[in-house]
Amino acid sequence: MKTIFKTLLLAPVSAKLGVLIIIIYMIAAIFAPVIAPYSETEVVGDVWEEMGSGFLLGTDQIGRDLFTRLIYGARNTISIAFVTTMLSFFIGITGGFLAAVVGGWIDQGISRVIDIIMSIPILIFALMILSVLGTSTPILIIVIAVLDSTRVFRLSRAVAMDVVVMDYVEVARLRGENLWYLMRHEVLPNTLAPLVAEFGLRFCFVFLFISSLSFLGLGIQPPTADWGSMVRENAGAITFGILTPLLPAVAIAVLTIGVNLVVDWFLHKTAGIKES
Amino acid sequence: MIGKDRDSNRLLTMTGLQIEGRTDEEWIKIVKGVDVHVDRGEVLGLIGESGAGKSTIGLAAMGYARPGCRISGGELVFDGIDLRNSSSRQLQDLHGRRIAYVAQSAAASFNPAFKLINQFAEGPVQHNVSSYSEAVEEGKALFETLNLPNPDTIGYRYPHQVSGGQLQRAMTAMAMACRPDLIIFDEPTTALDVTTQIEVLAAIKDIVKRFNTAAIYVTHDLAVVAQMADRIMVLRHGLLVEENSAREMLAEPKQEYTRELLSVRTFRKEQQPILDGQKPILEVKNLNAFYGDFHALKNINLKVRPATTMAVVGESGSGKSTLARAITGLLPPTSGSVTYDGDILAPSFKSRNREFLRRIQMIYQMPDTALNARQRIGEIVGRPLSFYLGMSGADRKNRVAELMDMIELPANYVDRFPSELSGGQKQRICIARALAAEPDLIICDEVTSALDELVSEEILKLLQRLQDELKVSYLFITHDLATVKAISDEIVVMLEGEIVEQGLKDEVLSPPFHEYTDLLLSSVPEMDPDWLEHLLRKREAVGGN
Repeated sequence: MKTIFKTLLLAPVSAKLGVLIIIIYMIAAIFAPVIAPYSETEVVGDVWEEMGSGFLLGTDQIGRDLFTRLIYGARNTISIAFVTTMLSFFIGITGGFLAAVVGGWIDQGISRVIDIIMSIPILIFALMILSVLGTSTPILIIVIAVLDSTRVFRLSRAVAMDVVVMDYVEVARLRGENLWYLMRHEVLPNTLAPLVAEFGLRFCFVFLFISSLSFLGLGIQPPTADWGSMVRENAGAITFGILTPLLPAVAIAVLTIGVNLVVDWFLHKTAGIKES
Repeated sequence: MIGKDRDSNRLLTMTGLQIEGRTDEEWIKIVKGVDVHVDRGEVLGLIGESGAGKSTIGLAAMGYARPGCRISGGELVFDGIDLRNSSSRQLQDLHGRRIAYVAQSAAASFNPAFKLINQFAEGPVQHNVSSYSEAVEEGKALFETLNLPNPDTIGYRYPHQVSGGQLQRAMTAMAMACRPDLIIFDEPTTALDVTTQIEVLAAIKDIVKRFNTAAIYVTHDLAVVAQMADRIMVLRHGLLVEENSAREMLAEPKQEYTRELLSVRTFRKEQQPILDGQKPILEVKNLNAFYGDFHALKNINLKVRPATTMAVVGESGSGKSTLARAITGLLPPTSGSVTYDGDILAPSFKSRNREFLRRIQMIYQMPDTALNARQRIGEIVGRPLSFYLGMSGADRKNRVAELMDMIELPANYVDRFPSELSGGQKQRICIARALAAEPDLIICDEVTSALDELVSEEILKLLQRLQDELKVSYLFITHDLATVKAISDEIVVMLEGEIVEQGLKDEVLSPPFHEYTDLLLSSVPEMDPDWLEHLLRKREAVGGN
């Protein structure tokens, strides 16, 4: 704990900013019921009321408090995107490393199946499966994670390929180590930097992907607050010159930037260790 | 200051040269005030271990510092031109035209996408020395001078279509293209086999003399620099240790460190006699292996006795590393057998049981890639202990400490990462990892090739001491005959996948020699400035007959 704090103290300003953004979002997500002035689905005012008129950020298209919705949206959107990304990385990395370490027919087999999945446009594929299986949150998470893991597979296989040819992996193989050890102790630590960078990016992509699904009616279902659907639901306000739909968009943008600032710093740090 | 040098024959003067390199947040001095001068037509040898700053000084002679480095002090005057205060444009005009550079790895320095002759002509055309067609003709003439085969057509090949030695000579030709006043050679033969090294050395020596070009020759090999240089500077930790004419320095070194460098490789082990009825620990019979259609090992037969060292020697491409891969089972042989302590081993390591995997360990050439950069030393050395011997907790910790003691490294290094160790220390860790498995046979694949001479001698001594204490056998693969002389009991000489000679060290290394062994042996540079000329004359005479 002490060392984490210390490295943070020595981090560049951009990284501190990124960490600050993430912490604020996390607080909002965890303590949503405490912070939010109203409950998630409560209608408290008129449609699209101005900012500051009793409501900090105004109200949405059916008169719910936007600030409350944003805070609950943080909880829903971030947690679902995070779980999805984690799952997609677990599937993708396991598959990618397996293909790289074992090679041969296993590699060919997995890679070709992944190619087939990737050849179908991801949004259309997701729409198709979700309309068959229904749109409950667990199914949403699993479907997006599986589809997204194809991209992670490609990357982790590519970076692992460079590692498995190293002498130290040969040493471990000759020692008789099993597949799990090779993947977990030899390959993973040496591919962490590009994978973490990808995690930052993927997290944001998943985020946007869920938002696009919500927009099409197959994502997070109303009345649950979700930034993506909030943008869509309030889109009509733009024509009246009201800024309401931009606020959830800004929430998405700021978190994206924050995550990437931290990822950049992490990348820089690990690259630095390699050089010396 | 500048005027004083101009009237003499002086070409380059560097006074009080200081160069700094950046690490993390601070600048660290790499070269700490060295005076270097080169006269016209003179060859200066810079010698020292890695980290001595010799390459950095070589580059500074071009007014250039590597990215992350800067020339922080001193004067740099090349033929009346102040290099430190020249604009990058002025430097660019000098580079290639009046000062040229030949790098260690020609393979990495040529652009693989262009033919040799076009890369040759680039310099002269860029500097308006000659037109493209003139440059091409000039190139062919230089290729001929450098004894490249088919000088008229070789230029139309791509870099990957010629051998390493030829590429290095092509690069020397490229450096000569504009007839520079000064060429900097940065370890041009370090990556080559001894037999190839001779060709390149002879070519460089000849062409430098012919055009009366001054040169700075950077190397860690004193015997090589003895052939090339008129004057030698010995460097250590960025400071000058000793400077003298080549002959005088070799005859009478004044400093302790120079004497150490000269006396390096004097280590010899006592040859172990063959005992009657002694069963070999490893026996290879009629072994054949293929890479695709390429017959990499042809009918290999050899026996390694317990507690002895068998050296496998040959040029690159002779199949010696392939032999190691066939024995360990990484490249399953197509026919023949590998018998280990009476048991026939499965061709692939995947079907061998853990006990046999434990008893044959391997040490690699590049300690950098043989150690996982993300594991601490304690984990690297400790893993075989838990894996093979089921040790854990305090047992394992104590054993790791014992192993660290055996390889003469402090026990507190276990918390470090490999990147915090020097090359020699990393190789020691690789040795400790092999020893942790308590093997009877260790296959050492070029374990000292990537190390400095002083460091590699220490590694050889360590390996010998461990053999005496632990009675472990070594199969020692190397291209370096000095290493073979030092450590082996028996020798196997390989050429193109076949064993051409094998036997006890004293038999193989004393007359009458096998033809190929003789070629290898006579190609090892000696600490005699006239060695190269004598050898070439002798070979010419033999060839003439």
